[in-house]
Amino acid sequence: MADRSPAPDTPELRERWGGFEFTEAYRERADMAIARYPEGRQRSAVMPLLDLAQRQVGEETDTQGWLPLPVIEYVADYLDMPVIRVLEVATFYFMYNLVPVGKYHVQVCGTTPCMLRGSDALLETCAKRGMRKGHVSEDGLWTLTEVECMGNCATAPMVQINDDNYEDLTPERLNAVLDALAAGEKPKPGTQEPGRHTSEPAGGPTTLKEMVDANHDYRSEW
Amino acid sequence: MLQDKDRIFTNLYGFQDWGLKAAQQRGDWDNTKALIARGHDDIIEEMKTSGLRGRGGAGFPTGLKWSFMPKESKDGRPSFLVINADESEPGSCKDREIIRHDPHKLIEGALVAGYAMRARAAYIYIRGEYIREAEVLQEAVNQAYDQGLIGRNACGSGYDFDVFVHRGAGAYICGEETAMIESLEGKKGQPRLKPPFPAGAGLYGCPTTVNNVESIAVVPTILRRGGSWFASFGRENNHGTKLFQISGHVERPCVVEEALSIPFGELIEKHCGGIIGGKDNLLAVIPGGSSVPLVPAEQIWDAPMDFDGLKDLGSGLGTAGVIVMDKSTDIVRAISRISYFYKHESCGQCTPCREGTGWMWRMMERLRVGDAAVEEIDMLHQVTKQVEGHTICALGDAAAWPIQGLIRHFRPELERRIEEHNAKFAEAAE
Repeated sequence: MADRSPAPDTPELRERWGGFEFTEAYRERADMAIARYPEGRQRSAVMPLLDLAQRQVGEETDTQGWLPLPVIEYVADYLDMPVIRVLEVATFYFMYNLVPVGKYHVQVCGTTPCMLRGSDALLETCAKRGMRKGHVSEDGLWTLTEVECMGNCATAPMVQINDDNYEDLTPERLNAVLDALAAGEKPKPGTQEPGRHTSEPAGGPTTLKEMVDANHDYRSEW
Repeated sequence: MLQDKDRIFTNLYGFQDWGLKAAQQRGDWDNTKALIARGHDDIIEEMKTSGLRGRGGAGFPTGLKWSFMPKESKDGRPSFLVINADESEPGSCKDREIIRHDPHKLIEGALVAGYAMRARAAYIYIRGEYIREAEVLQEAVNQAYDQGLIGRNACGSGYDFDVFVHRGAGAYICGEETAMIESLEGKKGQPRLKPPFPAGAGLYGCPTTVNNVESIAVVPTILRRGGSWFASFGRENNHGTKLFQISGHVERPCVVEEALSIPFGELIEKHCGGIIGGKDNLLAVIPGGSSVPLVPAEQIWDAPMDFDGLKDLGSGLGTAGVIVMDKSTDIVRAISRISYFYKHESCGQCTPCREGTGWMWRMMERLRVGDAAVEEIDMLHQVTKQVEGHTICALGDAAAWPIQGLIRHFRPELERRIEEHNAKFAEAAE
């Protein structure tokens, strides 16, 4: 179960994050999220708002972002919720970072389907580059986490780095992705298997072959 | 073999655009008004005829589920449809393909299903890790609003229906329907006791039906082609087409739509290039996502991949996430890793699950290296029985079953490891 606690509430933390507020762009997105729920049910928006807050913190710190206590309090205030209810949500869901992370959050899936396809080697690859689980690397670039099934099992093994997935990985392919990120490039997300498009069998689909080249309409054959 | 013309998800692999125009060219949103004009009860009857059973794992008849929703609101409470896109079961990766490559099938299905059950709106709860997928889905929802396909007077039908996307944030348990409702209300995803069932009091205390993405996305096609068309695939009581997701030790893992009841061997040979190292190299298969017990090689090959066929083998179809393991697999570790998964994902509400999942995982880790006494195998089995059925939701069961399957089929392997380990220590002591 989620056994997580927020970062210690220190004067430095208050100093740095006490004045946190959504920027205009984030405020707009937050209000759009709140509008998705019936009136009086704005509490439903706590998850999207925590996500937005984490993203804004990420932009301000050039990392994936995290949730310092004052930011959690800000979200509670924004939604007129008791702080403890927001804190409960922030600690329950694993995608909210409760401590600072690196610029790139390297999340290696280690659950059985990925394990069977070689996720051990991916974790080793990360270790060889100096990453340690749950730690920010010295250069501030990387945080390594072993995560549970990410739902990319047919293109396993995979790694999610911030908002993108890199699938069909080998140590070499992962190194190439990480090198590219470190160099400030944007590697192509998705499968890294040459010639594979998405989750079709590698080497070409066994079904729906007409769809490869044209937007085929099968209705005439019904 | 299922023919391409009978496949519902024609853009499954995303070779073509997911957008509205391309989707319409493939047949989505084609006179949806006429589907709605058939009326609430007629749509539900057609779904019952189709024999569609829920695609999220439990396999409950979809039409029947919808019929539990109230026909009129006596106290002014609206009804809701919640679509479960919190795909997190290890081995499952089908809803992701629907959402990122054929999102309009889902949105059209939401409208038609929502209308049939008299819902005011649909909330699509998509798992937080599907970040790009959620972006596509939101964009597709916006397209549908812009064209008046959903929203006020949806498709010119006179019915008002909203579709909202809600992103999760990394909790497997939110795939359980009442945990999902809690999460939608802005709380921790801890399952509720039933009754009351969601159809009586669900989201915001209003009547709610929770359906899987695939169950909803197939609805428009079933209505267009008729329930009897859908029912023509698969064996009695196991009808329709199904997205299978094959992972692990096959030559070419993939997601593919096939008819239910296709034999395991045929599925693997036809679409995945066979088992790595050949058929004789197969050790065991987890046929329905991590929650179901494994099936050893000799039993699975000719088995029909459907709800009842796999139940007969002491396993289940689940989400049809087929995890294939060849003889190179450390089978104890493979199951132990699943035990770790459930330990990680237990919400902590019920003691047998909160404490039991951790206990079972630690025991599995000892069995992995043989650091145990032979009697402890039975003790572990007994503990799984004490967790199973003693929790609010099925996560406790899901944590117990893989271990029970391992003990049922691989007890000699567990005993061998214990003997080997103990012999090593006896030797060292001499």
